[in-house]
Amino acid sequence: MQMRSFGQSIKRKEDPAFLTGKGRYVDDIELPNMAHAAFVRSPLAHAKIKSIDASAARAMDGVIAVITYHELPETLRQRRLPLVVPVESLTNPRLPYTLARDEVCYVGEAIAIVVAENRYIAEDAVAQVMVDLEPLGVVADCRAGLLEGAPRSHLGADSNIAATMPSVTGDIDAAFSNARHVFKESIFQHRGGAFFMECRGAIAHYDQFSENLLVYVSSQGVHRIKRSFHELFDIQDSKLRIVTPDVGGGFGPKGSYYVEYGAVAAASMATGRPVKWIEDRRENFVATHQERDQYWDVEIAVDENAKILGVRGTLTHDNGAYTPWGIVLPWISVATVPGPYVIPAYDMTLISVITNKVPTTPVRGAGRPQAVFVMERLLERVAKELGLDPAEVRRRNFIKPEQMPYDVGVIFRDGRPVVYDSGDYPKCQEVALEAINYEAFAERQKAALSEGRYIGIGIGNAVEATGLGPYEGVTVRIGTNGNITAYTGATPQGQAHKTTLAQIVADHFGVSIDAVTVETGDTSNISFGIGTFASRTAVNAGSSAHLAGQAVATKVREIAAQLLEVEPDDIELTDGVARVKGPSNRFKTLRELAVYSLGKPGFSLAPGMTPGLENTAYFTPTQSSYANGTSVAEVEVDVETGRVHINRLVMSHDCGRVINPMVVDGQVVGGVAHGVGNALFERMVHDDQAQPLSTNFGEYMLPLAADVPRVEIHHQETASPNNPLGVKGAGEGGTIPTIVAIVNAVANALAPLGVHIAEAPLSPQRIIQLIDEAKARSVA
Amino acid sequence: MKDLRTISVTVNGTPYSREVETRRTLADFLRLDLKLTGTHLGCEHGACGACTVRVEGEAVRSCLMLAVQTNGKSVATVEGLAKDGKLTPMQNQFWEKHGLQCGFCTPGILMTMTEFLEENPDPTESEVRDALSGNICRCTGYQAIVDAVLATAAQARGEQ
Ligand code: FES
Ligand code: FES
Repeated sequence: MQMRSFGQSIKRKEDPAFLTGKGRYVDDIELPNMAHAAFVRSPLAHAKIKSIDASAARAMDGVIAVITYHELPETLRQRRLPLVVPVESLTNPRLPYTLARDEVCYVGEAIAIVVAENRYIAEDAVAQVMVDLEPLGVVADCRAGLLEGAPRSHLGADSNIAATMPSVTGDIDAAFSNARHVFKESIFQHRGGAFFMECRGAIAHYDQFSENLLVYVSSQGVHRIKRSFHELFDIQDSKLRIVTPDVGGGFGPKGSYYVEYGAVAAASMATGRPVKWIEDRRENFVATHQERDQYWDVEIAVDENAKILGVRGTLTHDNGAYTPWGIVLPWISVATVPGPYVIPAYDMTLISVITNKVPTTPVRGAGRPQAVFVMERLLERVAKELGLDPAEVRRRNFIKPEQMPYDVGVIFRDGRPVVYDSGDYPKCQEVALEAINYEAFAERQKAALSEGRYIGIGIGNAVEATGLGPYEGVTVRIGTNGNITAYTGATPQGQAHKTTLAQIVADHFGVSIDAVTVETGDTSNISFGIGTFASRTAVNAGSSAHLAGQAVATKVREIAAQLLEVEPDDIELTDGVARVKGPSNRFKTLRELAVYSLGKPGFSLAPGMTPGLENTAYFTPTQSSYANGTSVAEVEVDVETGRVHINRLVMSHDCGRVINPMVVDGQVVGGVAHGVGNALFERMVHDDQAQPLSTNFGEYMLPLAADVPRVEIHHQETASPNNPLGVKGAGEGGTIPTIVAIVNAVANALAPLGVHIAEAPLSPQRIIQLIDEAKARSVA
Repeated sequence: MKDLRTISVTVNGTPYSREVETRRTLADFLRLDLKLTGTHLGCEHGACGACTVRVEGEAVRSCLMLAVQTNGKSVATVEGLAKDGKLTPMQNQFWEKHGLQCGFCTPGILMTMTEFLEENPDPTESEVRDALSGNICRCTGYQAIVDAVLATAAQARGEQ
């Protein structure tokens, strides 16, 4: 196999359409006779539904139907949404009905769907649906939910705890009782939501004649959405098709099945018309899954040389009102804390609390940024208390490359032990430190301080489980016109799958990526799929593309060899033909071979031959591939206004072998920007009745072009031994260590003022408050 | 009671005459009535810039403007940038530099930045970043967009 495309920064196949306005997102699809939907949502965080009066809305001109729980198909009245990842420790799972039955548990929960001739009328009619609610006690904060006498977030619940789960390794008591030093921290972290630019949306088309249900949905994976439809509706497999067109960003939350999708399908069934629902931005703030709050109470035990002996504590996690993903999010958090360090004893208990807010599920980074934040803040504390350089404290504790594979001792959320497969963590940090001239920083800082300027530097190191199983499939098929097409269940939302998977397949045939078409996001194309999340596509779909491409190329060679009467090894594939190596110029085109491979009607196939130039591979990784990265930020803090300016940001990153460097850089830079948002800007604000107060982009701040620094990227490439391509995931690596790097830098800048920081995000107001508190402490 | 008006608008050089509800936004007019779906809606409250088009040459947010306000005016959308299948230099630079990922913000950014470079053909990086700060992109971290805009400007000045 010649390498032509793999490893090259090839321009994306996706772009010409996107650049000319020819992208096709779900809202761009228009079906004949289509009606439009809008939702009636709960204005209260917790309430009993006493009655719903939709008569005025139903009587409006242009309103086709108003559907509440009571008008749903029978199976939707019986069944709640399926639990995606059940685990034993999830003792109190909570799942909603498609439309609220008798209780609403967060502001924004869907109560009714209004179907009208157009969206304007549907929204007018929503205002006319009268819902009589009786307010109930509200759990607005996960810690408050644990207090004795706290209200229950669901009626009739014994407790607000969804799950309690310890993660333990080593002898934690011995570690702490023998320790020279023990330091405690209470850390609060908040991450907002995904806030992709294209809100969610779905179109359901139920054909009453054929009883087929076709759903277009803006998602991160069609097969899991299909599975949920299957479990909720009694529809035969052959009659259900889910299609995801172009998607305007996903970042995690579009990987979930949401109640609106079933409601839209029910509406199409009830009205006999295709029904479109496009989420508006306010709905996106109140009804799309987020990440929000984690409170960590942790302590670290170290010896006299700052060597870590143990880490222990609890994580209290805001699960929100329902548990569609079980405890995946906090579990990833607790399994990620150890990071690149040797931690002989570890004991972290997660407590996932059901609150009256929209559910929390993974957003880019998926609980890992918080874990890294915890570990890196603890190490900063150790450095400060022992008077050591923070980089040196890390050096003394790194897992060394010769210790690979390294068993961390805890179990990951895939049920497998966390075993790092490869990586050079000390080097990754050194590369970043060198790039930012870390050694000379103390001098720079001193000079700045003498001018009254507060600059600081901060480090974040992370190890990230990527490429999670169970599998992703790819079918490679050569049509009788000679076209090579790869079909996959991995659904892109901007990550360039149509380019990178084409690069992998193209190399097997010696063609350019233009000769390979990649089809994604359609359950009718491939039987099974999991979808795009957890930085898993390069590993899973990439490996499957490789295996399927290889198998088809082998078959092409075999058939060509047979027809040209040579050995398969004498055949080479280049530019759409299979030719006999050497000067003879004897060849067969892919087109001829594809036709031959199908056989002739009535004739027998050649002995041993299977029909068609086609192969499907479902690569199944035995465990995650562990990527790693170091983020180093240099900031200047304006102590008058609290404003943080990021002067430099260096990211050193190892995601194994790189398929397309330009695409990986794009993922890393985009991920860093998300980290900047989480460090300095993004916050979902709620009042004490769990009423969201930040429901537009004026109140919730996303990082803008002037807020984010230029990211200086340095790649390492440690091939993963866990898959045939040696790749690891790259989609989240930019975000994960960056939040704490920035916060560490702010803390470092403000250290001369005695400021202690144990939280994110840091708004300017909060920074001023922290400075004032430090001043007050020093006066006292 | 529907309040209807007939408007005449030239969009990407083509004249249209349509009866519209007075409350119809320009974005909905373009997307629903003219089927020009390249203009995207990311917030519908004027904050994200995804819906940016040009009215009489000026970049505006089509979610905040009513269709009737464009009566007798000319509108340019992303569909009008490339001529005869040939990308504009800026579109090409976005492709070269990986200035887009999901592509949802891209049309609005192209319209905003095209106007910006007409007014400021020799911008600094920080001027580009400021000019871009009315457009939200969640995917790219902006860096490749900034690079694409700077490269477009340099190319137009004959420096590349
Ligand atoms: S949709 Fe118009 S500014 Fe966001
Ligand atoms: S490319 Fe996705 S929002 Fe900008």
